[in-house]
Amino acid sequence: MGLLSKKDSRLILDPLADNNPITIQVLGICSALAITAQLQAAIVMAISVTAVVAIGNVVISLMRNVIPSKIRIIVQLVVVAVLVIIVDLILKAYSYELSKTLSVFVGLIITNCIIMGRFEAFALANGPWRSFLDGIGNGAGYGLILVIVGFFRELFGSGTLLGFKVLGDPIEKTGLYAFGYENNGFMLLSPMALIVVGIIIWVQRSRNKALIED
Amino acid sequence: MGLKNNLHKLKLKYKGTKMEPAFNAIHTFLYMPNDTTHGGTHIKAADDLKRTMNTVIMAMIPCLIFGMFNAGYQHNLATGDIQAVAGSFFSSGFWNLDNFLIGFWKIIPLVIVSYGVGLGIEFLFAIIKKHEVEEGYLVTGMLVPLIVPIDIPLWMLAVAVAFGVVIGKEVFGGTGMNILNPALTIRAFLFFAYPTWMSGDKVWVEGAVERTREIAAGANLDAISGETILGSLAQGKQVAFSTWDMFMGFIPGSVGETSTILILLGGLFLIFTKIGSWRIMLSSVLGAITMGLIFNQIVDAGIIAQGSKFYGLMSTPFWEHLIIGGFAFGVVFMATDPVTASQTNKGKWYYGFFVGFISILIRVFNPAYPEGVMLAILLMNVFAPTIDHYVVQGNIKQRKKRLKAKIA
Repeated sequence: MGLLSKKDSRLILDPLADNNPITIQVLGICSALAITAQLQAAIVMAISVTAVVAIGNVVISLMRNVIPSKIRIIVQLVVVAVLVIIVDLILKAYSYELSKTLSVFVGLIITNCIIMGRFEAFALANGPWRSFLDGIGNGAGYGLILVIVGFFRELFGSGTLLGFKVLGDPIEKTGLYAFGYENNGFMLLSPMALIVVGIIIWVQRSRNKALIED
Repeated sequence: MGLKNNLHKLKLKYKGTKMEPAFNAIHTFLYMPNDTTHGGTHIKAADDLKRTMNTVIMAMIPCLIFGMFNAGYQHNLATGDIQAVAGSFFSSGFWNLDNFLIGFWKIIPLVIVSYGVGLGIEFLFAIIKKHEVEEGYLVTGMLVPLIVPIDIPLWMLAVAVAFGVVIGKEVFGGTGMNILNPALTIRAFLFFAYPTWMSGDKVWVEGAVERTREIAAGANLDAISGETILGSLAQGKQVAFSTWDMFMGFIPGSVGETSTILILLGGLFLIFTKIGSWRIMLSSVLGAITMGLIFNQIVDAGIIAQGSKFYGLMSTPFWEHLIIGGFAFGVVFMATDPVTASQTNKGKWYYGFFVGFISILIRVFNPAYPEGVMLAILLMNVFAPTIDHYVVQGNIKQRKKRLKAKIA
């Protein structure tokens, strides 16, 4: 990475693996369970959260010296609320169907612990450029898990990926379905998202023993 | 003796290698180890975990054999080839080779898949984690074929077994550490993942699904179907079976859970050999009777009208709840699982009572889940440690009080 210094590139790479917001910090679980039944929804959610946390980090970072520390949570909430409303309106304007699928969970980005966590932990103490990179990194780390979970849930739950029937047609009995394969309805239920996240955590920690805490 | 020595030699040959646990397990499963403890041991007992597990399997064998006969009987009954047997338990209309073979060829593959996949995963984990192969799957592997519908596709069973053993047991640390009963985890997975194969009126009779497909493809055949009693009651239909049939088990249902009398015998065997807890079995029955009586009283008081969707199951006499569905099987063979049930004697009463109580509650109020006992046991599995905690704390408090009284 010639573009970024080594220290800066860690800001992006760390949250992807060893300091992942979902699998290591266990934040933002609710949305990971709620909107990952379809890959498309997961991707849109990942992009939305990344945009909100990256831009929000920059805004907070720019204001960090003028925010009175007693009311900083309220200021942070206003910033994140404004950004979420913008995201929500953009989704409603350009892809109404998808915004209906995501329903209340776009609005609930406000309560996503990852965002407030990054404002508090990083943006209040660092410059705008580094805060931006941190936002991108954490958003991508969150999005990565969402996309992995969404991939498996849509593939095994509906037999599709991004709406394409990759395993054949369940009604016409083509592809895998001709051999008696059937979709796994359990995959579409939220408990299975929790189990998939659990398996990701399992795999990650068995590859990197340093992450295991007792 | 030849096989034993060969296994022992194999064991020695692989000693210290990765495959050691696998050969060790095969050897000790079949025979007593060549070396046993000498000298000053304090406890002498012939039963280890493997014997315990085998005792439970022996208690289930009658249910398995009966299930094979019943599978063929239900099939032939549905196709109209034979008449329903009435009265005697030992009717030749039921106990004949024709019936048995139909069931045999359907059920043996279920048993093989269940054991093959489950033990395969157990061996794999034992080799990776370098510990002895644990015996926990021996009972689970026999339970699983008994609690699924006869026509369940084998690959689904394999997926569910893999899920149940890994997520239900191995992630918690293997046999003895699991929170949920693995066999019920497997069944619950099947139930939520593939509901069309786990409920309805087509899956309980061998060949019914196949027949439906052929008819859809244009074959000139009569459709066959068989609804379980709980299914019929939940839909407010009339039940075509007599109480005698329900008790003997000449009814559609999962493979091995229909015959209450054989389950009862198995239960007595478990109590006699002190493997199963009579406290849990008795308190579960009490719990079910309590809930059944409450519902019967509600119906008698005229609070529920005849047209209500709850009427069918609510008006079922409380004692009939004990002999229909998987209640008896679940209570005798699965609620008593020593790992997932409460450990304290007092806790067992509470645990069992709520298993029975909640089973009937779920049966009546959620017709989409006609088999409440599965969910009730899983739920109480989760609460079993909590119950134990309070029982132990209560004991401590009582003793402290006694101590105080003594000092004062």
